[in-house]
Amino acid sequence: MEYTSPLRKLFLGFNYIFLLLTGLLCLLPFVHVLAQSFSSAVSIASREVTFWPVEFTTASYNLIFQESKLLTAMGVSVQRVLIGVAVNMLLTVLLAYPLAKEDQRFRGRTVYAWMLIFAMIFSGGLIPLYLVVNNLQLMDTLWALILPGAVPIYNVVLLLNFFRSLPKEIGESAFIDGAGHWRTLFRIYVPLSMPAIATLTLFSIVGHWNSWFDGIIFMNDPVNYPLSSYLQTVIIPIDITAINSIEDLGLISDRSLKDAQIIVGALPILAIYPFLQRFFVKGIILGSVKE
Amino acid sequence: MRELRNFLLNKSLHLMVWIGMIFVVVFSYVPMLGIIISFKQYRPVLGFMKSKWVGWDNFSLMLKLPDFYQVVTNTLVIAGLKLTIGFFVPIVFALLLNEVRLMWFKKTVQTFVYLPHFMSWVILGGILTNILSVNGGIVNNLLGWFGIDPIMFLGSNAWFRPVLIVSDIWKEFGFSMIVYLAALAGINPALYEAAVIDGANRWKQTLYVTLPGIVPIMALVATLSLGGILNAGFDQVFNLYNPIVYETGDIIDTYVYRMGLQQTQYSFATAVGLSKSLVSLILMAIAYRLAYKYANYRIF
Repeated sequence: MEYTSPLRKLFLGFNYIFLLLTGLLCLLPFVHVLAQSFSSAVSIASREVTFWPVEFTTASYNLIFQESKLLTAMGVSVQRVLIGVAVNMLLTVLLAYPLAKEDQRFRGRTVYAWMLIFAMIFSGGLIPLYLVVNNLQLMDTLWALILPGAVPIYNVVLLLNFFRSLPKEIGESAFIDGAGHWRTLFRIYVPLSMPAIATLTLFSIVGHWNSWFDGIIFMNDPVNYPLSSYLQTVIIPIDITAINSIEDLGLISDRSLKDAQIIVGALPILAIYPFLQRFFVKGIILGSVKE
Repeated sequence: MRELRNFLLNKSLHLMVWIGMIFVVVFSYVPMLGIIISFKQYRPVLGFMKSKWVGWDNFSLMLKLPDFYQVVTNTLVIAGLKLTIGFFVPIVFALLLNEVRLMWFKKTVQTFVYLPHFMSWVILGGILTNILSVNGGIVNNLLGWFGIDPIMFLGSNAWFRPVLIVSDIWKEFGFSMIVYLAALAGINPALYEAAVIDGANRWKQTLYVTLPGIVPIMALVATLSLGGILNAGFDQVFNLYNPIVYETGDIIDTYVYRMGLQQTQYSFATAVGLSKSLVSLILMAIAYRLAYKYANYRIF
């Protein structure tokens, strides 16, 4: 048993309190917004709401779900997540497998890999991309939200490094037994990498759900906005006026409406967060597994 | 001949690469050709080819505008502060968390501090405007109990940068901490045992075993972060700023957006964006080169 000095006990006590407070500080803003979204306008106006609803009501939620634009935007988001994640994962797997090969085995591998890395660290910028999407007639279509980011290069690099950590003999023996590259990839490598693929799928879901800027620039008609873009336009701009006019009381009832919308936008992430947490630590470490 | 043989043998591998690479070419490399418009006076009606060639005009205009120096300064100050403070906070937090022996407590704290990382700045921006509001925001209510007058956090040039930096650390410190926790878990327990036999208390152990154990990863993180010195966080600034705080909060990326897509000065905005991308590219190349040379870091 290790001896614990009084000073160390004091430190440990403070340490627990400090960590607990910091942890709560990360969480409480969410709790506050959640509590407000379920509180009456009067109780919000009198500043009674902290971390628990006062005069519980679901009125804000009833109202925002009457807004058909919100439901449409949710529909767009669901579509983009389903198709976008499928495209992301397919291309990630297809790119990671050949690029994980040794240079001697697959000539051109290094050139391809640097092509990806260069595209990750340098870009032509916002306006040239906008012009390309525009010229391809993708504006106002779901594909404008999916194709420009079809290859998540960072995920490719993570999976590539994971594939390399698998014993080479497994793939080689399958190959000698007559399985081609396609079969080796989908029958051997993919099943062996399920934890890594699950992690990257979660990253991809979060990425697609949270993306808002592409919706704003590639959709001329707000009807086509995914939820994050829609929320960006309803939550943020109104508040700019709120900052300028301190006495604007009408806005206060607006507050719980915005809160409810924030919660609706955050909910899917919160729902998959337990899974995310189980996997993402592995995901981060994944990239550092190198021979 | 051997080249050709290798190619034919591997044609399914090439096919796999190109199914994805085609998207990278179309949406990354084709736009790179589009940077030519920064040397033109691009007009959508005239199109890409017929727009007038103006050489370096857009760049010299950029260097003449006081706005440009303002946004560069803002970018460097905001990104620099985020990088330095955001470098130390996760280390300290990881070290403190490493002292905790109650696993459930450690896990709970981790669950809380990772959460903001997964939220977009649209959501976090909404939450921040709510809690920082002068009109009944909880932070100002709290300050009110101590007799402090409401502060216009998002409408004041004195407060806007601190808000950006603190909220960025709030979002990312937990997640940045993970690499350190992994490094801490990887320290050989025999080193601690040896230190105990030599009479080292916990503080000395931290100083002579724990810290040296994470110094390599600290150096690596610091080096790689150099490439981000021009990235002050578009998403965050865009979702929090307003014309009042342009003076301290407008950064290169938001400036490019407003000039380009809102004021339709396509060529000028592309010139500004290109200048930033080039400097970033050089910095990143140097950072990776250093990391490769001294830490044997490889991307793939």
